[in-house]
Amino acid sequence: MLTYLIKRVLWMIPMLIGISLISFFIMHLAPGDITNNEAAFNPKASEESRQKLRELYNLDKPVIVQYGLWLKRMIQLDFGNSFAGHQKPVFWQTTDKDGNVTKGMIQEALPITLMINILGLIITLLLAIPLGVIAAKHYQGWKDRSITLFNFIGFSIPGFWLSLLLMYWLGVMNNWLPISGLHSLNYDTFDTWGKIKDSISHLIMPVIIPSVTGLAGITLFVKNGMLDVLSQDFITTARAKGLNEHQVVYTHALRNALLPLITIVGLSIPGLIGGSVIAETIFAIPGMGKLFYDAVLMRDFPVVMGVLTIGSALTLLGNLIADVSYAWADPRVRRGVVKG
Amino acid sequence: MIGAMTAEPSGLIYMVAGESASAAIASNIFNALLKYNATLDLEGDLAESWTISDDQKTITFKLKPNLTWADGHPLTSADVLFTWKLVIDEKTRSPYASDYQLVKKAETPDAFTFKVSYDQAYAPALDSWSGLQILPAHLLKGQDIHTTAFARKPVGSNYYQLDVWKNGENIQLSRNTKSVLGPAQIDKLITRIIPDNSAQFLELMADNIDTMGLDPIKYSRIIPSRPELQKNLNLYKELGNSYTYMGFNLKHKPFDDIRVRKAINYAIDKQEIIDGVYLGLGINIASPYKPGTRWSNAALSPYPYDAQKAKALLKEAGFIDTNSDGILERDGKPFAFEIITNQNKEREKSAVLIQRRLKDIGIDVKIRAIEWASFISRFIKTGDFDVVVLGWGLGLDPDQYSIWHSSQQAPGQFNFIGYNNPTIDKLLEQGRTELDPDKRMNIYHEFAKVLLEDCPIVYLSAGYGLTAMHKRIQGIVDPIPPAGVGYDSHKWYIPEPLRRNEISAQ
Amino acid sequence: MRIDVIKKALSNPLALAGFIIILTIFLLAMLAPVISPYDPDEINVKAILLGPSWIHWMGTDGLGRDVLSRMLHGGRISLLVGLVAVGISTAIGILLGALAGYYRGWVDTLIMRLVDIMLSIPSFFLILAVIAFLTPSIINIMIVIGLTSWMGVTRLVRAEFLSLAEREFVQASRTLGAKDMRLIFTHLLPNSLTPIIVSAVLGVASAVLMESGLSFLGLGVQAPQSSWGNILTDGKEYIQFAWWLSLYPGMAILITVLGYNLLGEGLRDALDPRSGSNR
Repeated sequence: MLTYLIKRVLWMIPMLIGISLISFFIMHLAPGDITNNEAAFNPKASEESRQKLRELYNLDKPVIVQYGLWLKRMIQLDFGNSFAGHQKPVFWQTTDKDGNVTKGMIQEALPITLMINILGLIITLLLAIPLGVIAAKHYQGWKDRSITLFNFIGFSIPGFWLSLLLMYWLGVMNNWLPISGLHSLNYDTFDTWGKIKDSISHLIMPVIIPSVTGLAGITLFVKNGMLDVLSQDFITTARAKGLNEHQVVYTHALRNALLPLITIVGLSIPGLIGGSVIAETIFAIPGMGKLFYDAVLMRDFPVVMGVLTIGSALTLLGNLIADVSYAWADPRVRRGVVKG
Repeated sequence: MIGAMTAEPSGLIYMVAGESASAAIASNIFNALLKYNATLDLEGDLAESWTISDDQKTITFKLKPNLTWADGHPLTSADVLFTWKLVIDEKTRSPYASDYQLVKKAETPDAFTFKVSYDQAYAPALDSWSGLQILPAHLLKGQDIHTTAFARKPVGSNYYQLDVWKNGENIQLSRNTKSVLGPAQIDKLITRIIPDNSAQFLELMADNIDTMGLDPIKYSRIIPSRPELQKNLNLYKELGNSYTYMGFNLKHKPFDDIRVRKAINYAIDKQEIIDGVYLGLGINIASPYKPGTRWSNAALSPYPYDAQKAKALLKEAGFIDTNSDGILERDGKPFAFEIITNQNKEREKSAVLIQRRLKDIGIDVKIRAIEWASFISRFIKTGDFDVVVLGWGLGLDPDQYSIWHSSQQAPGQFNFIGYNNPTIDKLLEQGRTELDPDKRMNIYHEFAKVLLEDCPIVYLSAGYGLTAMHKRIQGIVDPIPPAGVGYDSHKWYIPEPLRRNEISAQ
Repeated sequence: MRIDVIKKALSNPLALAGFIIILTIFLLAMLAPVISPYDPDEINVKAILLGPSWIHWMGTDGLGRDVLSRMLHGGRISLLVGLVAVGISTAIGILLGALAGYYRGWVDTLIMRLVDIMLSIPSFFLILAVIAFLTPSIINIMIVIGLTSWMGVTRLVRAEFLSLAEREFVQASRTLGAKDMRLIFTHLLPNSLTPIIVSAVLGVASAVLMESGLSFLGLGVQAPQSSWGNILTDGKEYIQFAWWLSLYPGMAILITVLGYNLLGEGLRDALDPRSGSNR
């Protein structure tokens, strides 16, 4: 188990370098740079001050030198500062000599995106597992078909459209839920219970809408997994031993069918992080997706690179955790009976 | 009072942040030496008075007595000097430094006097001192202006001070009791950050924000059709200091030919654009200044829509439909070009209307709308375009040297259409050094006349700025003064019964 | 693809529905120039934002253009984006998958590492950045979506090749001295075609959705060229007022993507040896 772990962790290093290389060169496909943003396109902005900016950020050096400088800093987990007028640190907070702390952009955005996606994932799983089991039990029956249809409709709606419709219906027409944002303006004056209630009401739409779109894939996976397991010998044995159908399905079969789900959850992380761009833009949530999108439009290279790298590193980490827990949870792998 | 903006400022030191979002918040916190009054004349902000020397090269500002920063520290001419030194500092990357670099010498004879001298008379100087927000030297000395924590917790001197800044969510200002201009009426100014416009409008409908900028469709179609919105909202329209235009790349054939430019100008129906795109909420212009201001030459009128004249001019320039395919040709090549514009609904629509009108006279036009950063870097900077539809947002000073002077054509400069006219160059140079307002006005009237005649761009329209404001906000100057609906906002108030007793949980 | 698979797939009512949806939408898009009641670019500033009526079945937009005609023409663009993007990703996927699965060894390792790397970068981030940096255009959108979504096909083809390689008929031709290319094209590829088609069908669905998401962010097909994504994005501003501007394109995307998914899943089910057995 330990050697497996070490091997997996070591694999991440060349992967990370590959990722950073790909993303770095993509950044430089662009003919534009920070000095082209809207603020700079003011009649009073002088070309000199732009040139100054380019020099400071080595934008005038060859690409390969820029990458070298960037990689060197990345290894020290120093992603530099944003290009924007006030150069917040990209990754983690810095403290100046007076003890003032400036928080890092990713440091602030990441927990929000993680929280929303983890909540969303939990909801997706809570819905997908029973739906998948039901679909498998009634394979090709009307229940199976309606679940499939429902899931695919959810998957097929353009997310931002569904969001706006629900914002209008739930937020404007009925005033049941807040429309956008993470907290109420006077959040700080609430007591603990009030804070919890406030957070929940703000999170309902941004968490549930993306989970509905993600439901189809996971449900299908559970369903197919169940179908596989149900046709295997040990289930037949269990049935033959006279265990009732309920026990067979819910204890023996489900446990085995859910194992591969761990891998799928690990694999779905990049999709979740990537998908957060639209949801965060529409619901005014200051997470990783919004951060990335703004940075792309501003050509804020340090932020673009930082978010891409951290996002990918997280995916690798997620996959690692998934693989390790899979290995840990599957007794066959644990005992080394089956090679992972 | 709760407002909303689509982008969060990166910081509140405007001279380095440079974004309009930063300006919108910071202008409530900081003062400049001068400001514009209701009728757009300069008056003192921190300055009590100012005098200009006889040779017109030196300006002496006298500060108001007993000025203090919000933290109680006195505000003196040393702060002004500090701010000037900061903006021209090599290490400060301010997009606005160029005006202040012209200052040859700045000095502070005493705590209330700030004196600047220029090499030669510089007419936009006073205007430039209304744009520089004065920063506290005692808090910023020795700090790196680009990374200082001050940018996220500023101390200023104006009506409001920063209360809370919730990253990516909202910025809350509260009344500054030590304001150098006296107290403001409204206790709290809250700005929420809502990136998506449709979401912002939903928030306005649900009465979670008090004010929002509108587009013509929301202004004249949606809100009037909804009684519940009409009941709550006041609508304002005002002419902004900006206009939309179609600019030719004068270095590309056939746009170097004035007959072609004029023909296209005649062929475009500007009224149709105002009616179709702005739903009537815009006006025709014939000079690059806000109509009604002294700089705008009222004697000029736009090119009327006249397709026959356009065709005649094109024929004169050698464009004839030889193969009768409906498209004109010259030297066997069809007259076709591409209009590029950025992703701005009004500009896109204007381009579509232009496309149709030009097709009528036999010009084949394609349109591309491009995301802003690519638009600037890929097309504008490289000069790789035929025709653009864009807008200029202008300051209050009439100087437009950077847009039209032939020396301003380097990549990244603003004369990207490649305009080169010695008469215009001379007028612009004169206008910069002439301080007498009447003489200056004549110079710019002449400038606008030559510009209209030479037709390097086609003025499309000046659209109205449209704002919705909740009726609970009262005291708004009516009718809207030239300075705009936001003028004197410190006098606005919310009567007790209309206040949000607690800012509603949603 | 084998006829019996199609037959089996279409006996599933959902898959049949998907098939009919796609067929209808394709016909409508193909016939767009013939059946559109108006020129999609014809402006009428006197008829701005009219609701649906007998004259304009789906109403008019902000420039008085007929929404139905724009929808039909926009559909061509949306479908084109989907098909070409998937064409590109499938071609790359087949090539790399075949190389990896056939030659194994270091070629396999290299390609699979590349797959792993690409899979761990949030692909929507990648697409967003590349399209923004290269300036958005239909061509760029198709290429970029294609270049960032080939990993699934690669894995699939590789797995098929690995398992097929063990089968007797392949072993036999190999011992008979068949050339690599010949083996790949005559034996291996045709036998792994069906799962590739399934994945392509599902891929078109994602690409159509992707285009609408990019449009929302201002990086999709650019005006005045219409696509379902940008008609929907235009309409979202007026969702409570000019509902026809967002409802129709929204439904069109929904139905199309649904059709592809239903058909894709139906085919996958039909291919699955399990589905015949009685459970």
